[in-house]
Amino acid sequence: MSHENDSTMPVPGNDDAAPHAGTPAVADPIANPGLPAHQPRPTDVDKAAERRAERQVATMFGLSALMAILFCVAYFTFEIGENPDTFLGLGASNLALGVSLGLALMLIGIGAIQWARKLMSDVEIVEMRHAIASSEEDRKDTVAALQQGAEDSGIARRPLIRNSLIGALAMLGLPAIVALRDLGPLPGDALERTVWRPGMRIVNDVSGAPIRPDEVEIGQLINAEPAVFFETDPEGEPLVEGHELQAEKAKAAVIVVRMQPRDITPAAGRENWGVEGILCYSKICTHVGCPISLWEQQSHHLLCPCHQSTFDLADNGKVIFGPAARALPQLPMGLDDEGYLVALSDFTEPVGPSFWERGE
Amino acid sequence: MRFLSTRLSAKRRSPLAGVVVLLMGLLFTGGAYAVLSPASATDDLASDQALVDQGRQLFLVGCASCHGRNGEGVVTKDGTQYGPSLVGVGAAAVDFQVSTGRMPMAQPGVQAPRKNPVYNEEETRALAAYVASLGPGPSIPTSEQYDPDAIPEGEREEAIVRGGEFFRTNCTACHNFNGSGGALPGGKFAPTLIGVDEVHLYEAMLTGPQQMPVFSDDVLEPEEKRDIIAYLKSTEEAPNYGGFGLGSLGPVSEGLFAWIVGIGGLVGFAVWIAAHTTRSKKGSQA
Repeated sequence: MSHENDSTMPVPGNDDAAPHAGTPAVADPIANPGLPAHQPRPTDVDKAAERRAERQVATMFGLSALMAILFCVAYFTFEIGENPDTFLGLGASNLALGVSLGLALMLIGIGAIQWARKLMSDVEIVEMRHAIASSEEDRKDTVAALQQGAEDSGIARRPLIRNSLIGALAMLGLPAIVALRDLGPLPGDALERTVWRPGMRIVNDVSGAPIRPDEVEIGQLINAEPAVFFETDPEGEPLVEGHELQAEKAKAAVIVVRMQPRDITPAAGRENWGVEGILCYSKICTHVGCPISLWEQQSHHLLCPCHQSTFDLADNGKVIFGPAARALPQLPMGLDDEGYLVALSDFTEPVGPSFWERGE
Repeated sequence: MRFLSTRLSAKRRSPLAGVVVLLMGLLFTGGAYAVLSPASATDDLASDQALVDQGRQLFLVGCASCHGRNGEGVVTKDGTQYGPSLVGVGAAAVDFQVSTGRMPMAQPGVQAPRKNPVYNEEETRALAAYVASLGPGPSIPTSEQYDPDAIPEGEREEAIVRGGEFFRTNCTACHNFNGSGGALPGGKFAPTLIGVDEVHLYEAMLTGPQQMPVFSDDVLEPEEKRDIIAYLKSTEEAPNYGGFGLGSLGPVSEGLFAWIVGIGGLVGFAVWIAAHTTRSKKGSQA
């Protein structure tokens, strides 16, 4: 940074330092107090202090170098992976690497601050405030240069070149569209349906075990999935796997709960969607699609941990609190010939977050 | 003093003695019938008549005011449950609630918090025996059912991995990814699972205390419950490899720490640097 000597510096508030056109009513309403007298630092006047500060800064930088070396040592010393070294219950390698690298950087910073405050040149500087716009002259020059450029290139006189350039630039959009084409196509009716089919068993998530009503107690919660996720083809390969499994699971996950049948008030047409107080609901919140299984068995409330939307599962999944705008979809449920819980159909409405085309 | 108490008890005894004796007799007959009737003898504990009797005495003193004199529950005037019926909750529920100190409750509230147990082990067993005698319900699990050490050494790793899957599917919604617990509406909360006895973890899953759902043995099988317990115990023992867990409460506590301690510390350091002058009065004389 360049700076001027104290004596030649303009003092703020001088008339010649005001480049603006509009002159105030009173030229200088508040007397300029000027700069206070310069006070030197101990290091400016005391050689011993100066040398001490110099040693301090060098010590900081030296310690920083030591820390950098310690980092390298720690990197090779401590065991990581299967059976890591620990220190006070923390991973010794992570701790040593973090502390040594952190100190190495911090000591450089502290040394630099000490250097700047104690030893670097120490003079007061005043920088005048300038108008934001460039000077009239610069602006005229710039416009003239642009006009000269347009004239020289002849872009107005040569429409062939101009139009072909515009065409070339437009064609550059094509590679972008081709590269990003996998963002589409539009989902079609994929949001309207799930893998649930009439007669498909409702099975325990993780274990895949089918569920009988007599195994489910009052107040029970079961995180469940459609049986198709656990089925294999004759070669032993899963029927649904990989990306498809994730995409379908995100829509088809359900929870099965059991309440006292007398507590349940089914809506018209839903009287036979449950079995002896056992009901099955989508696990996907209708707000922004978080998986919800925070089930209060005594109050029959299902709570979404993301934004506290609360659904009353004894009352058709009605929203009783929070930002969700529509009731939690219920899966019609019955029993198969062997007495296991099965879906009677797919969901009768799209599960998960609402979207504009829903219900068209 | 002795004179006074003798007089008082003598006075109390005379008019009500007959009624009390009759009532006690009826209750005892009813209780004895409930214990001896074959349908309710589901538990080993409940078949120990002396234990059941002892439990009943404790129950009448410590529990009956909320749960009714025969554990039938008490309903308030406006139809809500004051204390729920204990018929069919089983010995497991009593063991969980009483030996974690949740019952008897210190005062009515939305949730019974964990506290120092009021009854000792023997009294808890007696209470469990009495409540188990009221109706069939889950019994106290055996140590082979809940103790992760019962898993053969070679299968333990696999069991912990499977237990982790079950834990993340069924438990994390309320109890947090690390089992540190979390908030529920209306002042309720899911308690921390760290440092909880294996048997209590098992009993909580089996019986669904308070707002917690039930995870019956038919659906979440005993081995699967044991896997979950093995997973929880393994996470307790695992070192915090990444550094301080800050209670493993998730982004809120971590963000708070970063903003207040991290950024606050930097701001404080910067203010400290700028607040200390390097000037000296010496210079004005020089």
